[in-house]
Amino acid sequence: MDMKVTKKKLGLKEKYKLMTRDLGWDTTYQAKEDVFPYVGYEGIKIHDWEKWEDPFRLTMDAYWKYQAEKERKFYAIIDAHAQNNGHLNLTDARYLSALKIFLQAISPGEYAAHKGFARVGREFPGVGTQVACQMQAIDEIRHAQTQIHAMSNYNRYYNGFHAFADTRDRIWYTSVARSFFDDAMSAGPFEFMIAIGFSFEYVLTNLLFVPFMSGAAYNGDMATVTFGFSAQSDEARHMTLGLECIKFMLEQDPDNLPIVQNWIDKWFWRGFRVLGLVSTMMDYMLPKRVMSWREAWDIYGVENGGALFKDLARYGIKPPKGWDDAEKAIDHMSHQFMLGLYQWSFGTAFHSWIPSEDDMNWLSAKYPDTFDKYYRPRWKHIKKLADAGTPFKNYGLAKLCQCCQLPTVFTEPDDPTLTCHRETVYNGQKYHFCSDGCQHVFENEPEKYVQAWLPMPQLFQEPINGDLGAWMEWVSLRDGKDNGDYAGSEDQQNFEAWRGLATTNQ
Amino acid sequence: MSTVFIALQANEETRPIIEAIEIDNPQAVVNRQPAMVKIDAPGRLVIRKSTIEEQLGRDFDLQELHINLISLTGNVVEDDETLTLSWNS
Repeated sequence: MDMKVTKKKLGLKEKYKLMTRDLGWDTTYQAKEDVFPYVGYEGIKIHDWEKWEDPFRLTMDAYWKYQAEKERKFYAIIDAHAQNNGHLNLTDARYLSALKIFLQAISPGEYAAHKGFARVGREFPGVGTQVACQMQAIDEIRHAQTQIHAMSNYNRYYNGFHAFADTRDRIWYTSVARSFFDDAMSAGPFEFMIAIGFSFEYVLTNLLFVPFMSGAAYNGDMATVTFGFSAQSDEARHMTLGLECIKFMLEQDPDNLPIVQNWIDKWFWRGFRVLGLVSTMMDYMLPKRVMSWREAWDIYGVENGGALFKDLARYGIKPPKGWDDAEKAIDHMSHQFMLGLYQWSFGTAFHSWIPSEDDMNWLSAKYPDTFDKYYRPRWKHIKKLADAGTPFKNYGLAKLCQCCQLPTVFTEPDDPTLTCHRETVYNGQKYHFCSDGCQHVFENEPEKYVQAWLPMPQLFQEPINGDLGAWMEWVSLRDGKDNGDYAGSEDQQNFEAWRGLATTNQ
Repeated sequence: MSTVFIALQANEETRPIIEAIEIDNPQAVVNRQPAMVKIDAPGRLVIRKSTIEEQLGRDFDLQELHINLISLTGNVVEDDETLTLSWNS
């Protein structure tokens, strides 16, 4: 007679061992280094891949179960948003500029991260690492897809969402994020992990997603709160993977320390420059603001990043080289950035605007040492020009940094009245930089960065040949619809008209 | 001492989880923000399956936390019963 035996449920550690470690195998008819050819050339020494641990011990079966649950929750809300005219619940359509930048610059970055993790999952020999990278590769493509899907609801009603793929490839400001991810993807597997897994996910992602999603919640954007939190629930795992990865490298061999430190220095600064765009969202683009960029930096940069580097000091790791320059830039960068976006707004697939008196009072309260002294007078001057019917537009081309690809609009760390500019001559050519940080990155790997595609030189090449109209067509920018000042834009007129229809019986 | 934190979505599923974290970590500070709750603690934070189950009134697998997790910091150690966040310094 058969006895019914209740099967004992596997413990977490046992399950992880069976469903991760036991999936690995050793090569027999090929040499291991031929199967994993890219794992040695960066100089990182690994003696025992078994020491790589996923602290969450997530196995593939549990992964599918929880991800499916996240997707169900996500689509329930996205459907409700579309069915209930969710776009009319926004505080104001100015908010959409932040979303457009996100769609054009950040969502394609998610897709790039997917490709990168799919690749390094293949290139690392350790099975624990392979499984964790495979999960993250699937996460990243899910993020790209859910973000595009959520924001497609806005594309039905508003300008600037329709051509994000062209924008990503061709317009000038998105090349900042694009070059960041291209740089990471064309690095070796260990550097990729430090770039995306550690510097971006662990040190910087909180500054992107947490204030951004709270910002969406404050501004009535249910769709973005939903994709943001759905993505962010994966980020906690990515951050943990990034931290484990760096500890693993440092514990495996003392020779790894200088290589890892150099990557931390590089990728902190690269990431900090990309996140500069977020500073404008937080300080200028959210009609109802959550906290200032300075306040977010104090929580997630100073407090959290500080704790992290204090913890890593036991391995000999120092805070990133650009840390002090970053701190000095915090009270200036959003203003310098937004002034740049405004003066070049004829060439952006989103709207910018002159901050109102109320907005400026908020900014001076949040930036008591810098806003009234350096930036309010400039906005007041720009307002005067706009009121006189001669709005300030800079049709000159911005000088771009060869490394981060931002216009060189930032000031010297210790002198906010002097534009920061650095040059390096390499093989007879002169290259320009926005900061010491970017110049150092270039000088460590000049052969990589001399190849960078820069959007400004592209203007003088086929098929544009210096013609602004041809450029707009090439980047899918519809003049008078997607670009320019928010005041008087189609987005503003439509939002106000539709909101009027929604709240009256006319 | 460095602060560790965990941030969870604010919803019906996380309400009892947050209560359980407060019970197990009397030193923790709960910050309620729009759509999210961020819990800070000096140096160390422990999340216990058994306390969550008492608050929730059903079995709970600690990995269910992933569904509503937003962010965290610190070194993570997880087994069947607890999830611990800590800084070594």
